[in-house]
Amino acid sequence: MGLSASPDRRTVAYEPQSQEGWVTTRLDFLVNWGRANSLWPMPFGTACCAIEFMATAASRFDLARFGMERMSFSPRQADVLICAGRVPFKLAPVLRRIWQQMPQPKWAISMGACASTGGMFDNYAVVQGIDTIIPIDVYVPGCPPRPEGLLYGIRMLQQKVMQERSADRKIREEMSPDPSSQLYIPPSVIDELGEPFGNSVHQTRSAP
Amino acid sequence: MTEKFTIVEAGSGLREVTAPMTPRNVKRHGEAPNPTATALAEKFPDAVQRSEVVWGETVVYITPDSVPEVMRWLHDDPGQRYDFLSDVTAVEYRDFDSPIEVVWHLRSLPYRRFLRVKATLPKNAPLAIASVWDIWKSADWMERECFDMFGIRFEGHPDLRRILMWEQYKEGYPLRKDFPLRGRFSRAEQLRQALSQNIESRYSMEELTIADAFEDLPPDMRKRLSTGERTGE
Repeated sequence: MGLSASPDRRTVAYEPQSQEGWVTTRLDFLVNWGRANSLWPMPFGTACCAIEFMATAASRFDLARFGMERMSFSPRQADVLICAGRVPFKLAPVLRRIWQQMPQPKWAISMGACASTGGMFDNYAVVQGIDTIIPIDVYVPGCPPRPEGLLYGIRMLQQKVMQERSADRKIREEMSPDPSSQLYIPPSVIDELGEPFGNSVHQTRSAP
Repeated sequence: MTEKFTIVEAGSGLREVTAPMTPRNVKRHGEAPNPTATALAEKFPDAVQRSEVVWGETVVYITPDSVPEVMRWLHDDPGQRYDFLSDVTAVEYRDFDSPIEVVWHLRSLPYRRFLRVKATLPKNAPLAIASVWDIWKSADWMERECFDMFGIRFEGHPDLRRILMWEQYKEGYPLRKDFPLRGRFSRAEQLRQALSQNIESRYSMEELTIADAFEDLPPDMRKRLSTGERTGE
């Protein structure tokens, strides 16, 4: 059947001996099982991470093994946004709009150091982590991550999908950014997330 | 079936041909200058300030006022024919006497020459210089980028807008020396301004669809387009 779960959770019962041809399961498990194994990615590739993402989708690493063979280049038919590469400020409203165009249920993977934190681009032009624009489910570290790393992140996302409860309405809530500033998290949090680290703390800002 | 064949070594057919080699051991100074430099100095003695040869490439310094006529001559003169403008950029030094230098990289495809022309903008004056868009159309986006990064106004440019940063960008000109690397505003403020930009507002009329310009097209193209034929493919 392909339906399987850990034996202690007893979510699936299937007895071929009875010849009745039916299974019993939890609805959550069945829905999540279907969702986790048919995630359609919306590739948002802006830099070198996109090369690794393409390698992940190609035959050697073969994203299709995880039900993701269908790249959805329309956000309206996508399930998971994979942001691969640095995002400049000029692209921030584009990324926000693509995320808002995706229908629920939807998830987001931030692939690579630049998408997750801004990476080495701690400058005037690059967003310091796309989680200041859209909510992120899985961060994949690396510069760029190897395909194995991205596959590990995708497997983590599948585990996260499997643990969702349909009774929990909060996970399906659409983001509601502040209408005046368009930010969905407080500005102090954004400043804290964008705080430099390492040697670059010696740089000063000319105005607050 | 077994025919004799000879192995041809790679490149053996080119022995008699003296192909241009990539120059090696180029000295930093003292290489032969581009003949255009002396021709320029004779033609425009007042405009040309000095010229030098650095790493085999000739640099000519001219006064900013003489840019239109010098560039026009370099492009039009049959002995020069600099028909390819490969770059327009600027350099800012931490020097109060010469605030910003505008640099043009010219290439003459018929004569296989390369020339770098520099003009130092005067201090205590607005950063402005003549556009060379009417000579080389490729100057369009390069001058826009130079304006975006340095704030130099190219007078005569048809559409001088920001090109890399968005049009409502308020923090200034990022490649100036006084510009802090992370920008002037806090990260939250930068993100707020970026998210409030209008994504659709960055196209000029020239970049909109051909449908808007349909009435202005030549009659034969209008006829072809109206029958469903597609161009440019």
